[in-house]
Amino acid sequence: MIEIFGVPLVALTGQIMLGIVNGAFYAVLSLGLAIIFGIVKVVNFAHGAFFMMGAFIAFLLLENLGIGYWGAIFLAPLIVGAFGIVIERLFLRRIYGLDPIYGLLLTFGMVLVIEGGFRVAYGSSGQIYTTPGALRGAADLGFMFMPIYRLFVIAAAVAICVLVWFAIERTSMGAKLRAATERPQLTQAFGIDVPLLMTLTYGGGVALAALAGVLAAPIQSVSPSMGSELVIIVFAIVVIGGLGSVSGAAITGLLLGVVEGLTKVFYSEASTIIVFLIMALVLLVRPAGLFGREEG
Amino acid sequence: MGMRSLLLALGALALLALVPFFPQVVYPVFAMRVMCLALFACAFNILLGHTGILSFGHAAFFGSAAYFCGYMLKELGLSPEIGIVTGVAAASLLGAIFGALATRRSGIYLAMITLALSQLVYFLFLRLPWTHAEDGMQQIPRGVLLGILDLDDDVTLYFVVLVLTLAGLALVHRIVNSPFGEVLRAIREHEPRAISLGYPVARYKILAFTLSAGLSGLAGSLKVIVYQVASLRDVHWSMSGDVILMTLLGGMNSVFGPVIGAALISSLYHYFDALGGWVTIMVGAIFIACVLTFRRGIVGELEAALATRRSTTSANDEKDGTNATN
Repeated sequence: MIEIFGVPLVALTGQIMLGIVNGAFYAVLSLGLAIIFGIVKVVNFAHGAFFMMGAFIAFLLLENLGIGYWGAIFLAPLIVGAFGIVIERLFLRRIYGLDPIYGLLLTFGMVLVIEGGFRVAYGSSGQIYTTPGALRGAADLGFMFMPIYRLFVIAAAVAICVLVWFAIERTSMGAKLRAATERPQLTQAFGIDVPLLMTLTYGGGVALAALAGVLAAPIQSVSPSMGSELVIIVFAIVVIGGLGSVSGAAITGLLLGVVEGLTKVFYSEASTIIVFLIMALVLLVRPAGLFGREEG
Repeated sequence: MGMRSLLLALGALALLALVPFFPQVVYPVFAMRVMCLALFACAFNILLGHTGILSFGHAAFFGSAAYFCGYMLKELGLSPEIGIVTGVAAASLLGAIFGALATRRSGIYLAMITLALSQLVYFLFLRLPWTHAEDGMQQIPRGVLLGILDLDDDVTLYFVVLVLTLAGLALVHRIVNSPFGEVLRAIREHEPRAISLGYPVARYKILAFTLSAGLSGLAGSLKVIVYQVASLRDVHWSMSGDVILMTLLGGMNSVFGPVIGAALISSLYHYFDALGGWVTIMVGAIFIACVLTFRRGIVGELEAALATRRSTTSANDEKDGTNATN
């Protein structure tokens, strides 16, 4: 058996692949946070709650309406995105221009309401969402066996990141978005409806979180609290990578997933805290973060 | 104003001193919980209200003190004064570390950093062998304070908690109204100017973190002695959220406004406990309402209302005056 530093190669590659799967979720979530922060200037604490809603709606669609995975992967982000648009119009809109701290506090209050609501309605215990038929089983990668669904998650996450990057950097809609991020007043003066852009951006970012939730449903147990611990890790990732750069956020997310996987192999006790330790280290060495440009 | 607030304070004190003799009116353990949380919120507000720093990790200080105080009392069988001092020391040290790391950034980044660091502390307490993970430390003995005050006696316990809470609140008042507190407000109002005036701003912020954490630690230690339990709930992020809400609701621009917030939120948890998950929803809704409609908090809004009434009456007086001369 091949060993590296006394660890069997199979265990090592297995954990790295698992790490990439986790990193894929971190990447999609921090991407959404960065987009929302860039234009709406709100650190969306409720991102984890919307991730949970995505997973839960997929579960409810299957249980109550018999709508399967492929329907849910489109419907759940749409429903959650529409919910996000309503939230933006009703609540977030009122605090634009105030200290961004209030955005964090407002969305934290929303976390309590949303999580509490799901707990009242469906209890705190986890529900099981079965993997869709076409994606069951495992694939032989030559060096290891990998569940097909996990490979699908990695592919989907990479596709999402590339598509979002393309939409922001290479389309005219993305150009308007970037303009509104840099100079909102000037962009408005050019006749672009910036408030509408803000609403759509929030809805879009939130829909991304829900999409990640649907992807996670077959892997994790679906419970009201599944998003809140995740969002704290994503915050640490965002501190490391900086909110200023969309691609920076995604790359940092993926990398830290891998680092977390490696920690599980070499010193599993530290795997839950490694991201926070790296954050502390980055703050000591490079306070502005790896991709940081501006201070918030 | 000074005389009136002195009388108000004395009246409140007299009412508080009566609580242990009428347990059918206010349950003394509940009153003690409110005191611990009031101290916690006022300590937290040294940072939020007076320095303009939002820490989202204060549960780490409160909870660590609870665990370390509990460890001294239960695992080592030491006396409560040693437990309290250990709790305060542990929380202060942690506060210095959090402060040194988090103040390298500001604003929302600082809030996210403190939240992440407190999650790290949460996982440490989840893993340490003597904290008993999800079960928590239970049946922690109260012991005898200074060798004479038996804390298992309910009335003695109540007055010890009352005196220590008041001492903690007096210290908060002293810190906020000292030249040090003036510098903190200067940092809040205009940090670059405070730097250009030659103040070592970074060191001031870290010291503010340390003091706030130490006093939060006093609250956590008292809580463990009252309840005889230290659990993961004490270090959880929802506790950090609760203390923010108490401060925001009470009013962060006053010294003792958070006391009112602490009393209201603890009452909500205490009296509506039977509603289960609905309480979380209510707490979230209050949070949203606070941020959207009264960011100055109850005390702040009351003061503002009084101020406008006073200014309108004085404006009317002036008008009368000019009318008279005409």
